[in-house]
Amino acid sequence: MSCWETLADYGLRSLGYGERLLPRDELTICQQVVLIGSGMLWNIYFGVLSVIVGFMLATAVALGKASQSALWRKLSEWFIFLFRGSPLFIQFFFAYFLFLSLKSSFPAASVFTSAWSGALVVLILNTAAYSGEIFYGALMSVPKGDIEAADAYGFKGWSKFRKITWPTMLRLAWPAYTNEAIFLFHATTLVFFSGFPARQQQGDALYYASYFADKTFNPFIPYPILAGYFILLTLIIITLFGIVNRRLNRHLPQNDRPRLKLKPRLLR
Amino acid sequence: MCTDPSQLDQFSWLACYLTTPKHMALYWSVGTVLSLLAITAPAALLFGFGGATSARSRITPLRWFGKGYIAIVRGVPDIAFFLFFVIALDQGFEWIRHQVKCPDWPDPIRQGNDFIVCAAAKMPLGTAPQWVHETYGFFLAVLTFAIVFGAFAANVLYGAMRSVPHAQLETAAAYGMTPRQTFWRILVPQMWVYALPGLGNLWMVLIKATPLLFLLGVEDIVYWARELGGAKTARFTDYPHADWRMWYFFGLLVFYLLFTRVSEVVLDRLMKRLTHGQATVGGEAQRKAA
Amino acid sequence: MKKLLLGTAALAVTASVAFAGSHSVVRMGTEGAYPPYNFINDAGQVDGFERELGDELCKRAELTCEWVTNEWDSIIPNLVSGNYDTIIAGMSITAERDEVIDFTQNYTQPDPSAYLVMAGNEGVALEGAVIAAQTNTIQASFVAEMGATLLEFASPDETIAAVRNGEADAVLADKSFLTPIADEGGDLVMLEREELIGGGVGMGLRESDGELKEKFNAAIQSMKDDGSLNTLIAKWEIGAAF
Repeated sequence: MSCWETLADYGLRSLGYGERLLPRDELTICQQVVLIGSGMLWNIYFGVLSVIVGFMLATAVALGKASQSALWRKLSEWFIFLFRGSPLFIQFFFAYFLFLSLKSSFPAASVFTSAWSGALVVLILNTAAYSGEIFYGALMSVPKGDIEAADAYGFKGWSKFRKITWPTMLRLAWPAYTNEAIFLFHATTLVFFSGFPARQQQGDALYYASYFADKTFNPFIPYPILAGYFILLTLIIITLFGIVNRRLNRHLPQNDRPRLKLKPRLLR
Repeated sequence: MCTDPSQLDQFSWLACYLTTPKHMALYWSVGTVLSLLAITAPAALLFGFGGATSARSRITPLRWFGKGYIAIVRGVPDIAFFLFFVIALDQGFEWIRHQVKCPDWPDPIRQGNDFIVCAAAKMPLGTAPQWVHETYGFFLAVLTFAIVFGAFAANVLYGAMRSVPHAQLETAAAYGMTPRQTFWRILVPQMWVYALPGLGNLWMVLIKATPLLFLLGVEDIVYWARELGGAKTARFTDYPHADWRMWYFFGLLVFYLLFTRVSEVVLDRLMKRLTHGQATVGGEAQRKAA
Repeated sequence: MKKLLLGTAALAVTASVAFAGSHSVVRMGTEGAYPPYNFINDAGQVDGFERELGDELCKRAELTCEWVTNEWDSIIPNLVSGNYDTIIAGMSITAERDEVIDFTQNYTQPDPSAYLVMAGNEGVALEGAVIAAQTNTIQASFVAEMGATLLEFASPDETIAAVRNGEADAVLADKSFLTPIADEGGDLVMLEREELIGGGVGMGLRESDGELKEKFNAAIQSMKDDGSLNTLIAKWEIGAAF
């Protein structure tokens, strides 16, 4: 069987298309590369969706923590404490338990016992807490002069936030936020590893890598393949976030534009 | 009093249950995790220092090595490393020892799937008692953690070294210091204040990575929590119970929340200490407040 | 013929010299999470059918043995890498595994796999059902092949929990593992239908470790011959006797 046929048979196996059964004997490197790559689709799905939704939620959390109202402030602080202070591994475990017990009282909650939705919720909340803390730090560092100037120009309320505070906050937070995004993608490997079960042998890259490690009894091939995919993914994320960074800083004179320096700040 | 637990009332049953030798192993493993953290942190810092210095080295291959180490290890999920690194490290050590100790060994090391070194090269020796094996496994885990988190530390230190104001280094050169002297006497003492926020974060990350220790073959708190929490039938234990993993994991959750919280408070204090007297915004603010 | 015999004798002598050096202590690798085969008892020690069996085998083979636990997922890579010398962990003899490691003769009869369902749900049509199994087991591959919806969990405990909380209709696992759970008389019952998937269980060894394999083979044979193996099997309810 040529490698192209393998790609046709297993390229979308993680989503349930193609061959029903996984390859079982005479496993080739090609099969491992294709199937682990197919599993990456799940990592990308979890990563992209939780970055997008988590971003919005994180802005709300940051504003909540900076808010005048003690209720919102406390709520945001506890949210951040709970999700930043505990390992994701344990969060997945509890989420699965929680969704199961919800299911018995509200049948509608049964969708959340599947990885595609339940794990997504956990990842969104998790990244919202981490990014919320980053955004809060940036919000506190927005130069006083910027706000005073906005007041002088008559900006108020929503438009002041939308046009002045928020862009500055993003610009300040962006390098740290890029790191958070990278680690979020790395964290997606934990989905099927702890807590959520894999259905019909449709799993993420790590699921297939450990499948091959188990079938070939040789961990030295599948895990490095997995590592290769993630290095590639990390490079893509850095490039995309670099483009956004350039756009955020496009008004600055050429020499003052901060290059995207990646200092690791937070991961889980 | 614990000889027949099925006859006990609730409270003494629980007291007996929570003090079985198996539970003692759980409490003991808390110590394992803490000591692992205590050893890994300085080791990772050492790796990080090495990585950062080589990444800014003037010798090109060394610089590539440093940068490659930082980029590759940071680009890969830690869990992927943990799943094969320990065996790789172990085989690496045994291979080196084999080359040194048994240079005229006739058989190949790789026989099919088997990895066989001469008896004298085994790590630890086949005759060693179990605790030596466990200690060795523990140190392999420390080393794996140190290599992974060393890359993150290297990145922090690399950034911190670049944050030290350039004028400081120029002044040192003007005073006639050699590059080596400048590095050790000017750059290194000053970089810590820039590195501390990043390193503090890394410490928190390290704490939260310890639930993956069981992947490295160390019987850590997650291993025992899963083992003790799983449903037990009366045939195999004196303390049968349903699935109690929920409670054990809740204990773990509280442990981690407390631990990270305490760390945060301590790091805050440390940061205040270090900023004291520094020519930074924070240091200036402290001076004015005093 | 005589020459040939002499040759093997000489080989045996050199092998046993090397053997004495590397195997003064035989390290027995097990999982410790699969009662009644092997589990960790209240005292925190490895216990179960295989513990008793292994200790007896070592006594008969005149070996000093030591017990080590290892995660199921990496139990074979760690054996071939030399971290312990045998696997005695309820491991069925399969062709796939036999390519990588060697097995002794089987010390249990092939153990059928059985289904456990909630009481009242015995009529479920298995082919269209959701069936839970532990990841990377022969049962998981079997369910994938029979066409039912496979739900994979990392540990055996979670597969049982999945049936209790309704995530799965049934769990497929070794019958001797499910029997004590069904016997509790709780909410779970075993179906009549059984699947013969695995071969018997044997001890796994490195392919290059022929000497040790022969010692254990001889010890297992002697236990089969004098009936002590059957006594153990009956005591731990492992399945059919020899």
